Amino acid sequence: MRYILRRLGFYLIAFWAAITLDFFLPRLLPGDPAATIVGSGGQLDPQQLQAVKEALGLSDQPLILQYFTFLTHAIRGDFGISYSNFPAPVFSVILTGLWWTLLLGGCSVIFSFLIGNLIGIFGSWRRGGAVDSFVPPLLVLVGAFPPFFLGLCALYLLGFQLRWFPTRHAYEDTLTPGFDLAFFGSVIQHMLLPSLVLVLAHLGGWALGMRNTMVGILAEDYITMAEAKGLTQNRIMYRYAARNAMLPSITAFGITLGFVLSGQLLIEQIFSYPGLGFLLISAVQKLDYPLMQGLFLMITLAVLVANFIVDIIYTRLDPRVRAG
Amino acid sequence: MLEVRDLRVEYLSQKGPVRAVDGVSFSIAPGEVLGLAGESGSGKSTIAHALLRVLRPPAIITGGEVYFKGKDVLALAEHELEDFRWQDISMVFQSAMNSLNPVMRIGDQIADVLVRHKKLSKRAAWQRAGELLDVVNIDKKRLDAYPHELSGGMRQRAVIAIALALEPPLMIMDEPTTALDVVVQKEIMQQIEELKEKMRFSILFITHDMSLMVEFSNRIAIMYAGEIVELAGAREVFENPLHPYTKGLINSFPPLTGPKRKMTGIPGAPPNMAEPPKGCRFHPRCTMCQPVEGERRPKLQEVLPGHWLAYHEGIPGVNVKGQAVKNLNPPGLVF
Repeated sequence: MRYILRRLGFYLIAFWAAITLDFFLPRLLPGDPAATIVGSGGQLDPQQLQAVKEALGLSDQPLILQYFTFLTHAIRGDFGISYSNFPAPVFSVILTGLWWTLLLGGCSVIFSFLIGNLIGIFGSWRRGGAVDSFVPPLLVLVGAFPPFFLGLCALYLLGFQLRWFPTRHAYEDTLTPGFDLAFFGSVIQHMLLPSLVLVLAHLGGWALGMRNTMVGILAEDYITMAEAKGLTQNRIMYRYAARNAMLPSITAFGITLGFVLSGQLLIEQIFSYPGLGFLLISAVQKLDYPLMQGLFLMITLAVLVANFIVDIIYTRLDPRVRAG
Repeated sequence: MLEVRDLRVEYLSQKGPVRAVDGVSFSIAPGEVLGLAGESGSGKSTIAHALLRVLRPPAIITGGEVYFKGKDVLALAEHELEDFRWQDISMVFQSAMNSLNPVMRIGDQIADVLVRHKKLSKRAAWQRAGELLDVVNIDKKRLDAYPHELSGGMRQRAVIAIALALEPPLMIMDEPTTALDVVVQKEIMQQIEELKEKMRFSILFITHDMSLMVEFSNRIAIMYAGEIVELAGAREVFENPLHPYTKGLINSFPPLTGPKRKMTGIPGAPPNMAEPPKGCRFHPRCTMCQPVEGERRPKLQEVLPGHWLAYHEGIPGVNVKGQAVKNLNPPGLVF
């Protein structure tokens, strides 16, 4: 419990540092957001410009005062108004993308983690066998291509040429979101191709990592002893070998889970998937500071929360951490 | 009870097979402690692993027979093997420190044997696990502990508790106390001794600590380069060692009692087992080596009642039982 609290303290400090960076970074970008909103061609008198600035929550206060305002608002989840989606508040704009990103990213990370680790476990168990010799190298080869390249290939071949999968958006444009089968089916159908790409891109890493840890673990004395105890192969493989070998994977899982929000920027762009990555790219293009800030903070928060959850899980899985 | 005949184990390597155990034969009677001594790499642990058939590739059993209570161990199918292991022969491993699963409670690690073999419910198995910890003088509360929460001596005792769980007729102890300090070592050995008296199991005791071995074993087999070179009663080996290697081994340990003497050790290093010396494997290091015709391997023969020795030939009469042999040796024997 003390351990968890200590970790929590650490994450709170990290979160504060993230908010601070998040405030200053966009202000280092060149360009005037108010001018962008109104458009480059338009003529604006000072009062109008001032009115726009007020509407957007921009002020010419000293930076340090702006920072404290930002800090107190950020903690309440208030990032102001999104310039490019005026007058929607940033928070609700983020919410529209958040669920799609979590759905796509969460599913693909979990599936690649599970499948990759199982391949690693079976491969190392039958070391030198068919699974072990061919699958990991093949997956590593696939994973060596940048995900956006795989995404483009998949989109072109499976989407445009073969027409097996829909090529854009999270669901059929003609449907209205609701709790019905047609909608869910459409969501899954649209998710398949981008998540296939994401899974393929990361499978090799998981499989190889798990395999290598397993090979090390299988040489441990407690595995020989488990075997001498006459335990069944399944029990030795899961309770003794994989149970120990999964510990490093769990750490990596937490990190990957945290990067779900930012890790699929280009994939969302390629498949016009309305997630956070899609939002972030359009926010940067439109100099939408509040949205950018909100998204950056969201990404940081996701990394921190995911790591905190993994810390908690880890203490459940590895008794040696609990004591420390 | 256990009958090992001409056991051969090879490690397959890129340079060709390495014979780690080359034609070893011995037997263990009910209630007996057989000590297996020899340098590191002489094949002691390999024999232990071969008896339970837990050798890892590239090690494979290439020949010989192992009978346990009439059962042909080397012919058992995988599922029969799972039943045979621990039920008939259990084992305390060389590094008991590392033979416990770090992420499982001690109780679970004892209980899973009972659940697997005795088909006990989890509850009953934990109950029994608590009794077993009692037997090895560990507080029952420690069932909930993880291995890293126990001291080295306690971990070793916990491993012994696991080995006792099914009350097997034979227990293999592969250097059970090597990693422990002398005081704890003594405690554990005494405990094993008491348990053995109480539960009447046999032990195959493996160590390179000769003084510990002579105290503890009924008979001792001395191994060199994958072969048994001498096999006799524990006292006999110490008082009347016949093989030059046995002598060297005994001379490398200070005597527990009696006058101080200079320890001599054995010159040279153990042979490369990929290309063992031809003929007698000990000959490059032997101080008593005499030329023999051809490059014959010495044979294990009974020279005195119950005293077996690997040698080439002796002067006539050396096989005659009796005191005379002691006087005839060493000049009478050709190694």
